[in-house]
Amino acid sequence: MARKEYAFYPGCSSQKGASASNYLTSVESMCKTLDIKITEIPDWNCCGASISYAEAGELPRHVMNARNFALAESNLPGQDIVATCAACWLGARESKERLEHNSGLMADTQEALKEAGLNIKAIPEIKHMVEVLIEDLGYDELKKPVKKPLAGMKFAGYVGCQTNRPFGIHGESFENPVYLDKLIETVGGEAVPYDQKVTCCGGALAFSEPDKAQAQIKDIIESAYDNGAEMLVTPCPLCQANTEVYQGQINKKYGTKFNMPVLYYSQLMVLAYGGSAKEAALPGNVIRARKLEEFAGK
Amino acid sequence: MSNANEQMAARYKNNFLKEIEEQAEMGEWVKMCMQCGVCSGSCPTNFHPGWDHPPQEIFMMIRAGKREEVLTSNSMWMCTSCYNCYVRCPRKLPITHIMHGIAEYAYRLGVAPKFQPTLHLSQTFWNNCTKTGRVNEVKLTQSLYFKDGFMAGIKKGLEMKDVALGLVKAKRLNIMEALGGGHKCKDIKGIQAMLAKAKELEAKRKAAKAAA
Ligand code: SF4
Ligand code: SF4
Ligand code: SF4
Ligand code: SF4
Repeated sequence: MARKEYAFYPGCSSQKGASASNYLTSVESMCKTLDIKITEIPDWNCCGASISYAEAGELPRHVMNARNFALAESNLPGQDIVATCAACWLGARESKERLEHNSGLMADTQEALKEAGLNIKAIPEIKHMVEVLIEDLGYDELKKPVKKPLAGMKFAGYVGCQTNRPFGIHGESFENPVYLDKLIETVGGEAVPYDQKVTCCGGALAFSEPDKAQAQIKDIIESAYDNGAEMLVTPCPLCQANTEVYQGQINKKYGTKFNMPVLYYSQLMVLAYGGSAKEAALPGNVIRARKLEEFAGK
Repeated sequence: MSNANEQMAARYKNNFLKEIEEQAEMGEWVKMCMQCGVCSGSCPTNFHPGWDHPPQEIFMMIRAGKREEVLTSNSMWMCTSCYNCYVRCPRKLPITHIMHGIAEYAYRLGVAPKFQPTLHLSQTFWNNCTKTGRVNEVKLTQSLYFKDGFMAGIKKGLEMKDVALGLVKAKRLNIMEALGGGHKCKDIKGIQAMLAKAKELEAKRKAAKAAA
């Protein structure tokens, strides 16, 4: 038996062939090394994300999350839910909190769930993968399997918004959370200090207000470069995509020469644990992390 | 002015604060604001040009009964859900959700700004993900870029071409999704029935408040 078991909520963007599929690949190899068993919640659905607020209204949004809770509870009893996407995690936690504190909302939710033949007894705990790593296992355990420390490499840990606010990781400050820096150091890398660590990248508004979002993203990347970082590291698929895929457009607009790879913490861990470039899903990066590809080949 | 809007305006007469309290998600918090301005200074800097009225001002305007100005404003639609204001507010107002709640209410009344891009995104996203239970990223991208009509869509598509090509090469954008081969839930029927019920219950609850 694995030392820990979780009901896994991958979220839409982490499916095969989707924009964060490389996150999924690296998380799977990371969990294998750490002896963590993650079982996909059968037939899970999209959480709706914050951006659907206008079309969805309140109850339908909670009901979407509630369906996942009910499926996890009945199919994987006793297991906490773990999400890899910061937005999924936040949405699910918000729904859990509201439903547990508002009996009217809960009653309506149960009535709607009945239409899908489901029912909630007790909502499971909901964790982000980062919480599983640092709270359920701890930095010491994460360090044990390190075979190849990422020595001499400089990373800017980009925490962004949603793993940090409003819930945050236990014990971290909103203005300067350090868990991502500590994860980088755990695998032997150097975490550079820089002042845009918790700046919002624009989130979903990168689609609807691209100019304003790209101005935010420019500030983030620029500050990472100015402070000597070679790569950015994120805990969130939307942060990852936003800070990676628009660098070309930002270069055209501002005459900058950005070409900074943006990695998931899980990719760094897989590499430090001795995994191949493929296991770390490095080919999934749009801006290739050449230095890490070489490192993986050594 | 739309019908639903006139009805609500008549129902709540000169009490816009009460209207927001009863009809907008988390609206009951608005009266707790002490106008310190911390939230306004917290919104992402590069979105500032879009904020005609940052949260503090919106809350003041609600109390002053500036109904039309608030509901037709672009401001709430500029919220990126960054939760900066939310964690800093000394009165613990759930500002992010209040902004979303007011925006949603304006949309429900039919008075939200026409062609508001974030409203369009919200509609597209929800319709996309509830159709099969999961997001179809290719269709989502298509509907977003073609919102201004066919030619504008092509132009934007071309601008975005390099972004999309990069994702396809990295196997992170599956063109098959456009043809219906994408990800779906098995119990789509159950999901739709459950959402229809949720919508009905929510409408009932809000109508009951207005009638009370
Ligand atoms: S975060 Fe987005 S993509 Fe992921 S499950 Fe939620 S809505 Fe779907
Ligand atoms: S994508 Fe942007 S808005 Fe979302 S969590 Fe990441 S930094 Fe925040
Ligand atoms: S931070 Fe809170 S109390 Fe201060 S103005 Fe904003 S909403 Fe009001
Ligand atoms: S959550 Fe919205 S209102 Fe609050 S600071 Fe961020 S953008 Fe501004």
